[in-house]
Amino acid sequence: MIAMPHLRLPAVLDNLEKLISFISECAGKQGYSPAELRRIELAVEEVLVNICRYAYPAGTGDIEVNCKVGSDSSLIEIIDTGIPFDCSTETCPDIEANVCDRKLGGLGIFLVHKMVDKVAYRREGNKNILTLLYKPRGKC
Amino acid sequence: MNIEISRGDVVRITLKGRMDAVSSPDFDRALDELMSQGQRQFLLDLSNLEYISSAGLQSLLAAAKRLEQIEGIITLSNLNGAVLEVFQISGFDTLFPILDSRPE
Repeated sequence: MIAMPHLRLPAVLDNLEKLISFISECAGKQGYSPAELRRIELAVEEVLVNICRYAYPAGTGDIEVNCKVGSDSSLIEIIDTGIPFDCSTETCPDIEANVCDRKLGGLGIFLVHKMVDKVAYRREGNKNILTLLYKPRGKC
Repeated sequence: MNIEISRGDVVRITLKGRMDAVSSPDFDRALDELMSQGQRQFLLDLSNLEYISSAGLQSLLAAAKRLEQIEGIITLSNLNGAVLEVFQISGFDTLFPILDSRPE
């Protein structure tokens, strides 16, 4: 079995760019368009930011990203060992509210679900394992 | 993200690059400073903004909320590509006055 390309770094916002670039370069090698890459980057950023901000309330920990990209679909795994958190359920912000009523939070997970085709979560031991499945949809 | 500011009755702010969780606080600080100097009207040129995440959207919404309280306004212009897509999906395209918005 061939190991998926992976990168593991401390879960801090300073590492966001490195982690996202790793995934983006991995997908870029398959010839995904810039529009496809921005969608993947957005989904990955939202998950990573959540982990950096909330997974390790009592200290520090790592984030590991695994990337398996094919021309017809991509599988991205994002793993942390923080507190259990399942974001595989889609959130529904009120996208018709006005400036006054619109809430500041809750958009990140919503965007993850809009950008990728499938979001799956499992807890294995002390690990949160989130899997994003993305199927290229061409230019739009 | 690069932030260019051109002062006038309406402050024109040009954002270039990526507005993400790391760079959005730079925009917050720039706007804070301008508002503390009494500026109330802002025009954001997003023609060279290539990427925005929820952190960027939240910065823009927070700015709009603060400006609404003091009868200020933030207008966006030239959204395109990935930025326009994210605005449309999240309903942010109806939250702000938008000039020259066009599909790709």
